Amino acid sequence: MSTVTATAVEDRPRTLRPAVLGLPLRPRLVVMCVGTALAAFGVFCLGLALGDYPVPLVDVVPALWRSGARGTVFVVHEVRLPRALTGVLVGAAFAASGAVLQAITRNALASPDMVGINAGATTAVVAGIVLGFGDTLGTPTLGLAGGLLGALAVYLLAWRRGSTGFRIVLVGIGVSWMCTSATDYLLTRAKMHQAQEAVGWLVGNLNGRGWEAVRPLGVAVAVLLPAALLLAGWNRNLQLGDDVARGLGTPVQLARGLLLLVSVALVSFATAAAGPVLFVSLAAPQIAQRLARLSAPPVLLSALTGVLLVSGSDLLARHLLPDTDLPVGVVTGAIGAGFLLRLLVRSNRAGSGG
Amino acid sequence: MTPAPPPPAPLRRAIAYLPAAALLLAVLCLLSLTFGSRAVPIGQVAEALFDRARVDPQIEAIVWHVRLPRTATGLLVGAALGLAGALMQGLTRNPLADPGLLGVSAGASFAIVLAVAAFGASTAPTNLIWYAFAGALAGAVSVHLLGGLGRGGATPVKTALAGIAVTFLLGSFTSALVLQNPLALDRFRFWAAGSLTSADAGTLWQVTPLLAAAAVLALATAPALNSLALGEDVAAALGRRVGLIRLRATLAITVLAGTAVALAGPIVFIGLVTPHLARMVTGPDHRRILALTLLGAPSLLIAADVLGRVVARPEEIQAGIVVAFLGGPFFIALARRRRLAEM
Repeated sequence: MSTVTATAVEDRPRTLRPAVLGLPLRPRLVVMCVGTALAAFGVFCLGLALGDYPVPLVDVVPALWRSGARGTVFVVHEVRLPRALTGVLVGAAFAASGAVLQAITRNALASPDMVGINAGATTAVVAGIVLGFGDTLGTPTLGLAGGLLGALAVYLLAWRRGSTGFRIVLVGIGVSWMCTSATDYLLTRAKMHQAQEAVGWLVGNLNGRGWEAVRPLGVAVAVLLPAALLLAGWNRNLQLGDDVARGLGTPVQLARGLLLLVSVALVSFATAAAGPVLFVSLAAPQIAQRLARLSAPPVLLSALTGVLLVSGSDLLARHLLPDTDLPVGVVTGAIGAGFLLRLLVRSNRAGSGG
Repeated sequence: MTPAPPPPAPLRRAIAYLPAAALLLAVLCLLSLTFGSRAVPIGQVAEALFDRARVDPQIEAIVWHVRLPRTATGLLVGAALGLAGALMQGLTRNPLADPGLLGVSAGASFAIVLAVAAFGASTAPTNLIWYAFAGALAGAVSVHLLGGLGRGGATPVKTALAGIAVTFLLGSFTSALVLQNPLALDRFRFWAAGSLTSADAGTLWQVTPLLAAAAVLALATAPALNSLALGEDVAAALGRRVGLIRLRATLAITVLAGTAVALAGPIVFIGLVTPHLARMVTGPDHRRILALTLLGAPSLLIAADVLGRVVARPEEIQAGIVVAFLGGPFFIALARRRRLAEM
């Protein structure tokens, strides 16, 4: 919670701003990034240490490199690490994707479910479960294919001599309605156990994720997150409006297309691994933006916030109720909502508006 | 007010369109009474309506106990959703403001799941409506309170963020309950599809005065919304009390949207799009937008309900599903053709 108290620190006068990657360096942003990263790492280690077979916290980090007692290494490295890493990657992917999308649409309420990704992935997976072709194709494949198809449909339908951020959001709403209505219809036709399985996936879940979930997602995040950071300059210009961005020399359509592609790919891979853990992509960028006191969500800090949010939620989900493994989505929803409200109240008190 | 002449063309068009919209609504209501798993000819419908004693008791039962409450639910829910959407868009000056953002759907969903989980299968569908209503109101009130905390009061952005937070908080509780309780899931999945069949005549009579009062309040707020469209400062300079306008509109929106969700489950499209359609016909005057929405929104919902009964005979597709599935492409076409942002 150290990051929360740190927001109370006074704004330092920022006269000197050396540029990094063409962006001004903000001391507050750097402090927040480091703080959030440390907190996230702490929660990550705690998640590896706690469980039916508790591991002392000091033994966790060596066990990551397979040094220590054999039992400890097995529990940490083989049993808990894949799930924890999936949580880290999912959090980073959802949050970074949300940050990019909120910036290009210039809308704080934009989240990847608005551009058809979650809706497409959900419909594909639920159809797979209810109509019975899910077992042969595999839920992650269906989620990935559905998400990409949904996003492609939105982008193509929104294209009319170029695209605008607002039109993409509007078309995304329309596509989401269609997909959600199809999902609702399938759910009313499903057998009870199918409906339960589908709802369990719909909430977002890290239970029983192994290395096979980590690898594709790890590669995707390793490629796409740096890409999102490299494109941050364009992202910043796009927020000034298409005309100003063009005046600043940004190839508007190319930039928006690439940024959208990065955002879509990130969230599709994450959804394929864990289901739609919706709140993260919406809340983490907003939380990060308020932590850094910027006018748009910063990508790296958003990603770190997302990691903290998902890792912490999964830790709680595993230990909140003694006999049941709650889906992580239930806890991210509750925690994220509480945190967002808290920040909202704080910013209201400070008189700086929402 | 200075005698600035209003743009005449939209006025004339609106005056011509209102009777047309009323006629369309009447025709759709008749269709809704005749179509279904058993088709009842219009002649027999009229006979059943006006001369109950003389018709076949089976047909009398179909018309009076199945089709009439269903059509009335469509009328009430459609009108309520349309008015709530139009008011919200006018109040927030945001073309994407949707009553669902207020926390009513989330509150109602959670209340229903909680009621089923706590009281089990004995909960009758009509009782669920009252739980949903209480949940919807609680959701909306908490969103408004949270959005208005601290200095500056409630602004549209803060309220929307509070709405999202409450929606996700209650949504995650709902998911947790539904995953633990198969019976709650079973009730919930049918409720979430959005159907006009759950309310009976008694419940409808009970909610009608409430809805009527909220609708009057909504229509009475329309002139003030016209001033508000010029910006809050201008509205205040024109002598409007912005806080009071907000309070009245918020009250009306909450009651309208909350009742609609309680009666029929979460239904999209109607609240968001019908005000835009009405605005295309009438121009920017909120009095005319609200009047046309009042007639147009129930037409859309009843048409969707009739369609859902016809396409899958002898089974039915819930009105909420039909609305969303057909509304999607329509909304996309609209987004491609016109700038929805122009308000």
